[in-house]
Amino acid sequence: MLNKYPLWKNLLIALVLVISALYAAPNLYPPDPAIQVTPARAGAEMSEATLGSIRQTLTDAGLEFFGEEVNDGTALFRLQRTADQLPAKAAVQRALGDEFVVALNLAPTTPDWLLSLGAGPMTLGLDLSGGVHFLMEVDMDEYMANKVANYRQELRTRLRQEDIRYRRIQVDGDYLRLSFEDAATRDEADNFFIREYPEFARVSEDSAEFFDLKLRMTEEQVKTYQDYAVKQNLTTIRNRVNELGVAEPLVQRQGRNRIVVQLPGVQDTAEAKKILGKAANLEFRLEAKPGASRFATEEYPFRNDEFRTARLEKIVITTGDSVTNARSAFDENGMPQVNIDLDAKGGARMTQVTREAVQRRMAVLFVERKPKTTYEMVDGEEVTKTVQITEKSIISLATIQTTLGSSFRITGLQAAEASELALLLRSGALAAPMYFVEERTVGPSLGKENIEMGVQSVLVGLALVLVAMLVFYRAFGLMANIALLVNIVMLVALMSIVGATLTLPGIAGIVLTVGMAVDANVLIFARIREELKNGRSPQQAIHEGYNRAFVTILDANLTTLLVAVILFAAGTGPVKGFAVTLSFGILTSMFTAIVLTRAMVNLVYGGRRLESLSIGGRV
Amino acid sequence: MKQLDFMKARGIAMALSLILVLGSIGSIATQGLNLGLDFTGGTLLEVQYDQPVALQGVTDVLEGAGYRDVTVQNFGSETDVLVRMSEAFRDDLGLEVLEVLRQQLPEDNQIRLERSEFVGSQVGEELRDEGGLALLMALAVVMIYVAVRFQFKFSVGAVAALFHDVVIVVGLFSLFQWEFDLNVLAALLAVIGYSLNDTIVVSDRIRENFRIVRRGGAIDVINESLNNTLGRTLMTSLTTALVLFALMIFGGEMIHGFAVALMIGVLVGTYSSIYVAANILLLMNISREDLMPPELEEEVDDRP
Repeated sequence: MLNKYPLWKNLLIALVLVISALYAAPNLYPPDPAIQVTPARAGAEMSEATLGSIRQTLTDAGLEFFGEEVNDGTALFRLQRTADQLPAKAAVQRALGDEFVVALNLAPTTPDWLLSLGAGPMTLGLDLSGGVHFLMEVDMDEYMANKVANYRQELRTRLRQEDIRYRRIQVDGDYLRLSFEDAATRDEADNFFIREYPEFARVSEDSAEFFDLKLRMTEEQVKTYQDYAVKQNLTTIRNRVNELGVAEPLVQRQGRNRIVVQLPGVQDTAEAKKILGKAANLEFRLEAKPGASRFATEEYPFRNDEFRTARLEKIVITTGDSVTNARSAFDENGMPQVNIDLDAKGGARMTQVTREAVQRRMAVLFVERKPKTTYEMVDGEEVTKTVQITEKSIISLATIQTTLGSSFRITGLQAAEASELALLLRSGALAAPMYFVEERTVGPSLGKENIEMGVQSVLVGLALVLVAMLVFYRAFGLMANIALLVNIVMLVALMSIVGATLTLPGIAGIVLTVGMAVDANVLIFARIREELKNGRSPQQAIHEGYNRAFVTILDANLTTLLVAVILFAAGTGPVKGFAVTLSFGILTSMFTAIVLTRAMVNLVYGGRRLESLSIGGRV
Repeated sequence: MKQLDFMKARGIAMALSLILVLGSIGSIATQGLNLGLDFTGGTLLEVQYDQPVALQGVTDVLEGAGYRDVTVQNFGSETDVLVRMSEAFRDDLGLEVLEVLRQQLPEDNQIRLERSEFVGSQVGEELRDEGGLALLMALAVVMIYVAVRFQFKFSVGAVAALFHDVVIVVGLFSLFQWEFDLNVLAALLAVIGYSLNDTIVVSDRIRENFRIVRRGGAIDVINESLNNTLGRTLMTSLTTALVLFALMIFGGEMIHGFAVALMIGVLVGTYSSIYVAANILLLMNISREDLMPPELEEEVDDRP
């Protein structure tokens, strides 16, 4: 029969609607204001005593809280009122001291049965939640220059070991120029490089005096190094961000050599930048000679044993800046060790110092910057003061066996120690220097305002469209309106499922989708009216209207989708947010405008004799 | 409904389009665009006062304090002030400027920093290039898609219409020196999407009518197609314009430029799908033969 959907099709539509409603639902539950407590030292546990003291503090301060949770050593306390957030943070921070980081957070209130389905609310972009956005760029030129300089150092040693005589090795732009006395030696070197250094492309070049060999890193090798540098920096930045105690930070690679850092809720950019951009947090120093002057030495505790200390020289050999890589491995005898690579500058310093210091011990000092909060009474009012203090502790003290170069190893460790040491060495180091190229801060009140304005414009725009459709297309308009509302629910559900971030331009995308989603229905309805005018029966007109409009709708939507995908691929920031909602909107609107309205039309009009249709226009 | 003879006015329409496009290009060439921070690089601060202040006073104070290329404007409300300067960003620049501004204020007028943005000039340049590239890519892909899906002459028409719309929107932004930022660029790309939508719907009808309507020349067929789709074109433009209207009024200052650009785009796009694309088809002598389904093609394809 004409215009009847089979039962399975109706059921399928109902199923899609139910699923959409389910996954969109979490966005209806407003999040609770909360404070989040994390131990300052990574990996530390949240003890029952600590939780007890948080509870006590909040109760004493008369702040109502509920629903405490502990996840991976992080405790979350929900509060009844948003206004309580700041006092709660201050009170808890004071009670716990600087061993813990207390941050403001918004705890989702999604019911458990929804959570168990994997549903959750959309995340809000910085322009809606307030916070800081940084874009940092890795200085590849300097990093690669360092790499080449390192190779120069390394090749010198290797050639000497192989007994291949060279006149000199020069760094010339991005390649190394090796000069030899005669062609035979050069060929010997060439063969050696083929075997041992496949990462170089080699070109022979003869000058009047010398037989030269030009070594240039292959594209592939350059890419590997750069990739490593960005990844390493990403890890380091992540570690540093964790120090900030931000509730839900985002640290992401962007493009070839950039890193995006987004810190929701953070307002103090200066502090954040200091921690992100901090340079030296590792120091290599020699142990003081017995009987050395107290003025030239300092005493530091060990990181994993507070009662053990060692006296070190004040002179710093090099810092964590120079560490380009550190990894734990096993030596020939299966003993754990840590291999450390330094950049050229650090390596040269290391050689210079350790040449004179064989059989003495060298320490690796770990430098941590921690906030220390003090409370003072000024004019009868309590004033909170936070200062950054620097804490240094020894993470390794090992005997120097031989002169060290730009890559050396630390042995005599337990396996667990080795991997921890490697991690600490790496976490302190940026593989390549970085600088800030973009920075945006959005105040929390501005974010709230943006949400309100966004929601308001969606509502008003929606209302205007609903009225217009109802006026022009009557009963069919009503069905299109229902489809439009469902479309928004589906769009929200889809965004929540894939974990897309909602931004202000994203809301603009939703608004635009609302305007354009009705287009498909307008096309269909206009076609139905036309068919009626051409003298077809209502049932046939519906059938033909949907069929004929379908090709047009498909063409129009596919091309728009293509543009949206290009937007997403080529755009950054706001453009991307807009592209995401626009393309999702196109997909969902195709379903609601074509399939859903057809189902409704079929239910209302299908399978019976009709004299006319309530579709407006002069029919 | 009576048939409207759209194509009668095609000479006038073409002249109008030419004037608009040339005027836009002229404006872009002579006065350029008022590029936003996203593209120029520099520093932007948004501050909120308790009470309205004189903008000239703010400019004077900042220039007096030694900042270069300072522009100050209201942002959305009288108490909201946007400060832009070419100063490179420093950690404490925001606080520093706030302090300078606070000094000239009476006791009862407080000031808060709402937003600060810094974009390096390198990044700005890249965003500019990327944006331009995205526009070109969108046009190219659309051209290919339409050529494959319809016919070559249609794809020329569609791309000409898109080019027409984009140039005019950019031209108006140049003429009135409205700020052109990333959001406006996004709107521009959305204009491409929207205008394309319109053009495709019309082209689709033209193709269909060429195949089924046996009488009359190309002009008649196109006229009939435009009349067929007129109701839909107006209705869709209306609903889209309605939501954009809501966005313009209630969306706030940060997406105002976006809404304005898209609004202009929708108006121009509606016009261009009627006149520009169809006109190009006529100029290229579109005929029934161009659109007859190529019946022999399959045989040709089957040959090894």
